[in-house]
Amino acid sequence: MSQFTDWDILRNLLLAARWTILLSLLAFAGGSIVGLLLTFMRISRRKPLIWITRIYIEIFQGTPLLMQLFIAFFGLGLLGIDVSAWTAAALALTLFSSAFLSDIWRGCVESLPKGQWEASRCLGLNYLQTMRYVILPQALRIAIPPTVGFSVQIVKGTALASIIGFVELTKAGTMLNNATFEPFKVFAMVALIYFLLCYPLSRASQYLEEKLNVAGKRA
Amino acid sequence: MGYELNFGALLEYQDVLLSGLWMTVKLTVVSTLLGIMLGILGAAARRHRNPFLRHGSKAYVELIRNTPFIVQLFFIFFGLPAIGIKMTEVEAGILALVINLGAYLTEIIRAGIDNTPKGQIEAARTLGLSSRQIFIRIILPPAFQRVYSSVVSQCIIVMLGSAVVSQISVQELTFAANFIQSRNFLSFESYLVAALLYLLLAFLMRLIFNLIGSRAFSREEKQS
Amino acid sequence: MSLVSVRDVHKYFGDLHVLKGIDLDVKAGEVVSIIGRSGSGKSTLLRCMNGLESYDQGAIILDGMEVSTDEFQVRKLSQSVGMVFQSFNLFPHLTVGENIMLAPTLIKKTNKAEAKKLAQEVLEKVGLGDKFGQYPEKLSGGQQQRVAIARSLAMKPKVLLCDEITSALDPELVGDVLKVLEQLAAEGMTLILVTHEMNFARDVGDRVVFMHQGKVHETGDAKTVLADPQTPELRQFIGAVL
Ligand SMILES: Nc1ncnc2c1ncn2[C@@H]1O[C@H](COP(=O)(O)OP(=O)(O)OP(=O)(O)O)[C@@H](O)[C@H]1O
Ligand SMILES: [Mg+2]
Repeated sequence: MSQFTDWDILRNLLLAARWTILLSLLAFAGGSIVGLLLTFMRISRRKPLIWITRIYIEIFQGTPLLMQLFIAFFGLGLLGIDVSAWTAAALALTLFSSAFLSDIWRGCVESLPKGQWEASRCLGLNYLQTMRYVILPQALRIAIPPTVGFSVQIVKGTALASIIGFVELTKAGTMLNNATFEPFKVFAMVALIYFLLCYPLSRASQYLEEKLNVAGKRA
Repeated sequence: MGYELNFGALLEYQDVLLSGLWMTVKLTVVSTLLGIMLGILGAAARRHRNPFLRHGSKAYVELIRNTPFIVQLFFIFFGLPAIGIKMTEVEAGILALVINLGAYLTEIIRAGIDNTPKGQIEAARTLGLSSRQIFIRIILPPAFQRVYSSVVSQCIIVMLGSAVVSQISVQELTFAANFIQSRNFLSFESYLVAALLYLLLAFLMRLIFNLIGSRAFSREEKQS
Repeated sequence: MSLVSVRDVHKYFGDLHVLKGIDLDVKAGEVVSIIGRSGSGKSTLLRCMNGLESYDQGAIILDGMEVSTDEFQVRKLSQSVGMVFQSFNLFPHLTVGENIMLAPTLIKKTNKAEAKKLAQEVLEKVGLGDKFGQYPEKLSGGQQQRVAIARSLAMKPKVLLCDEITSALDPELVGDVLKVLEQLAAEGMTLILVTHEMNFARDVGDRVVFMHQGKVHETGDAKTVLADPQTPELRQFIGAVL
């Protein structure tokens, strides 16, 4: 009864998946920038800055991403800013990602042995120099696997943008389902495409993690 | 900015909000309990002799962890009835939450189990315990304790994720907020209040879990 | 008839020929010390005796049962043979008492009250009667090892296998553990121990088995063998240890 062939469904889903990818990239880039800022605030040793970031992180980790999307979507409107679903989704996902990423990165910085700080001080390096030449290069290395791992959460998070009407992979899935009445097939395909996007990232994260562990043991 | 926030107008929908909150609590309790059981079974399957169970458990974990919860939910709620498996919204919501949590917990608990000192298992074998007894009595309790804080975090993540089941009309907290804002058009206020309630729930959950944990895992001398 | 009889046992780890035809008989009540260099196969032999490790050739008969790694067989064996490890291996989430009561209640279906009485009894025996409700992490290494011995004793084994059970202990704690072993020996318990404690082997042990490159290189009465080794390898080994 449906005029959609399987190929039509798949093609439409793949077209929509481009938006999933784009939104993911944007959220990842935005989240990284804001997250980096938060990370620096968090390790700045300035009490007020630390408190602000802690509260920020608590809020974004302690509320549903869906709520964050709704609030971005409707809240910005109140401020007189006309927001499309696309803008709201990009903003909410950016903030959401920044909270998690900064938390991950802070952990990486703090996981470095205290001796590194002490040794640097003995060498006469000041705080910024120690950061720049000793701590960050090391932290960066151990930060890569969990960061790649979190990118999977971002890709999956973009699916919620469908709820505020942004047409990406999941929304395309519900629309195609309404057109074809073949939910089993459509949502299986949707899941498969997400899986193909996420699984390589998961594996890469695991692989990098293992490589790092091996290198760490050798050192 | 000519807009004044109006929280007072929400008071009239207090009951809706509370019943939504209550539903979220119920969903969370049920899916947490079942999810932990599923996670334990999944982790047990990962070290089972039977290769089908081992690989099946691994595939389950990868499949769930690499797809969005909302797609899992839609697949269960819309897809399964299409092949004859029918259920209510609440059942579908709980099933999706349990399957999702179970996958993450399988992985978390497995990691805890992998850190079991080999000698403990050998000591237990030497004492004559069967494989099943060894898993339940020797391996699992300390492994669960080792990863307890990750388990708690994951349960909280799933509680927050339960907001998504509003999309299949389960009348929980997010559904309530949706309903209220559709009536009074105070979207921002409604969602903000709901978000605060989620924050509170997350806080309480951690508190309760920590309380349970410190009781269950106490290593103070026991009087007998 | 001997309680433990090992006949021409061979064991390979991949290409590594670890046990090369071991023969050994242990009578009830005997105290046998297995000595030898690191890597000579002592632990492997001990672990073959209670089914923790499989062997590729030969036979081990313990208390009339053929030893194998089959789970059912290992469970049956657990009623006849106990084992104490270098690393104690107490269960950290159980109290001392629960550690000891676990196997009797699960395997022998002893009722709770009786198991408790039994646990208290074996704890007194190793001098730790007051530690029943304590968790292992609160005990010293020497105390933990004595609890591990008590845990094995609660199954009333006919043979106790001990693999370097004092090697992980601080020197001042070794004595307490050896005292427990000595007392067990005096009560007639059959002991097979891998040990580096030469004084103990000579004074308490009946027999010494010197292993070298996967074989029983020299064996005999403890005092005689240690005082007057016949092979240059054993002579060298004793020289190195003392
Ligand atoms: N599970 C195993 N896999 C592979 N090789 C093993 C294994 N266990 C032991 N081996 C090897 O078998 C040989 C004998 O080991 P065994 O532990 O029996 O020696 P040992 O006499 O007890 O030594 P030590 O005094 O160091 O405890 C060693 O070369 C060891 O490396
Ligand atoms: Mg050894």
